[in-house]
Amino acid sequence: MADKIATRASYGRFLREYGADHGNVVVLDADLSGSTQTKEFAKIYKDRFFNVGIAECDMLGMAAGFSACGKTVFASSFAMFAAGRAYEIIRNSIAYTKANVKICATHAGLTVGEDGASHQAIEDIALMNVIPGMTVVCPADDVSARKLLLQVAEFEGPAYVRLGRAAVPVVYGEDADVRLGKALTVREGSDVTIIACGIMVEKAMLAAEILQEKGISARILDMHTIKPLDEEAVIKAAKETGGIITAEEHSVIGGLGSAVASCCAKSAPCRIEFVGVQDRFGESGKPAELLEKYGLTEKEIVQAAEKLVK
Amino acid sequence: MDNALLKKKANAVRVDIIKGVHAAGAGHPGGSLSCADILTLLYFEIMNTDPKDPQDPDRDRFVLSKGHAAPALYACLAEKGYFDPEEMLTLRKLGSRLQGHPSMRLVPGVDMSTGSLGQGISTAVGMALAGRIDGKSYRVYSVLGDGELQEGLVWEAAMAAAHYKLDTLCAVVDHNGLQIDGKNEDVMNVMPIADKFASFNWNVLTADGHDFDSLRAAFAAAAACKGRPSVIIAETCKGKGVSFMEDQVGWHGKAPNDEETRIALEELGGEL
Repeated sequence: MADKIATRASYGRFLREYGADHGNVVVLDADLSGSTQTKEFAKIYKDRFFNVGIAECDMLGMAAGFSACGKTVFASSFAMFAAGRAYEIIRNSIAYTKANVKICATHAGLTVGEDGASHQAIEDIALMNVIPGMTVVCPADDVSARKLLLQVAEFEGPAYVRLGRAAVPVVYGEDADVRLGKALTVREGSDVTIIACGIMVEKAMLAAEILQEKGISARILDMHTIKPLDEEAVIKAAKETGGIITAEEHSVIGGLGSAVASCCAKSAPCRIEFVGVQDRFGESGKPAELLEKYGLTEKEIVQAAEKLVK
Repeated sequence: MDNALLKKKANAVRVDIIKGVHAAGAGHPGGSLSCADILTLLYFEIMNTDPKDPQDPDRDRFVLSKGHAAPALYACLAEKGYFDPEEMLTLRKLGSRLQGHPSMRLVPGVDMSTGSLGQGISTAVGMALAGRIDGKSYRVYSVLGDGELQEGLVWEAAMAAAHYKLDTLCAVVDHNGLQIDGKNEDVMNVMPIADKFASFNWNVLTADGHDFDSLRAAFAAAAACKGRPSVIIAETCKGKGVSFMEDQVGWHGKAPNDEETRIALEELGGEL
């Protein structure tokens, strides 16, 4: 648990390794290759890397063209400019055409930090989730990021992978059974279930320890794949533990919480608490300060669990 | 192909357009008719395409960036043999492959799904770059509307195409001067088009978009140009070939009624 690695760094390493024996892979970036870490690929495979300049819409249009000619495409920018600015290009030129384009967006969520609200995408999961046929992934740490990226690369079709800027604790061992579309049970529990994604998985683990001391047994599901959602795991949790807390570094509207809530409403009604960014913009600050101020820590998860078991 | 035969093909394409849009009761006849000669020349003479092998990796690519002219594209594909021209009567109908705007996943011969303006030319840049890294010599053609040039993405793509020196890419601007809300110059002036592309470092060519010799010469000049993408600014007439539709903004997105269709087909020598 001591190591801290940003999932964007995991992405850079993945591209470098995967690119070696996959000559069909093309990587695109929009003037952020140092930040998104696509430079790790660019350094070695110069002829298959294209920096399209500060033009995210064109990057994703070009990605669709590459895919139409048989390429596996990884396209990267910050989540704000990939999912946000280029939304409609992703929708029409990539998803509607079932293009084999993997949009790997970094600097998602509040933990962008000092850049402030203009750069803090807290809506990207919602935007991508609503597109028909889009696979949406948000890994918790370095190990799961690399395992999920490999699986995302291997299937034919569009995907959105949400990655972070800040170094975060490595929570899994290399042998972790991380399977795309399957919730990972991080901890068994019987009183409540915390369903988390991204950096909130580690917060859920801290919360579960505190809850245990309080005599509350919390199950943790790492819902790294938000779409397609592992409904079976959600329903099982709802039925067996009776209450669910969702935790995400995203707006409480339209993200993991909403996906879990609609699944439960349909198949296993239960009480749900939503830990995430309330309906407001972020601001400048250090990542840890922001998580504290915007209610994205183990404290809020513990409070939510206590409310549910009361 | 000689010009007389091309003219016959273009006329058949126009008949298919009118029949399809009439049957649909909706669609874009004006902009389809204005680019009909350009697409006919591309499909029947310029491009290397084979209806028996629509996915041939070495084929030339075509991207209809002005996707609302789908009837013109479908008509060319049908007349070329990708599917039966009778299918034009299913245009825009529930369950048809012939969607209001083209889908590459439904229609054989459609190389890119388009409809949202500006995106087609951007995808064409990706296709041309893919060809380069694969060492293939195929060319990529993309037809844009003049109103479409108001989309910022067109110029992102134009910058990239020149940056990458994509001489296998040839764009054609269907310059009929009209868009939904009126004349380009009244809605949002796009002129001077040639100077804009020239300043983006494209090889700029002009042609009469209804004259096969003029278009043929421009396509030949584009193919001969090395180190830069080419654009052909094709002067066209919206609604070309149907007298009452010619140069009329009202025929951008409206289907002819039965009587108008009868007259249009009579002028084109076709039958309903």
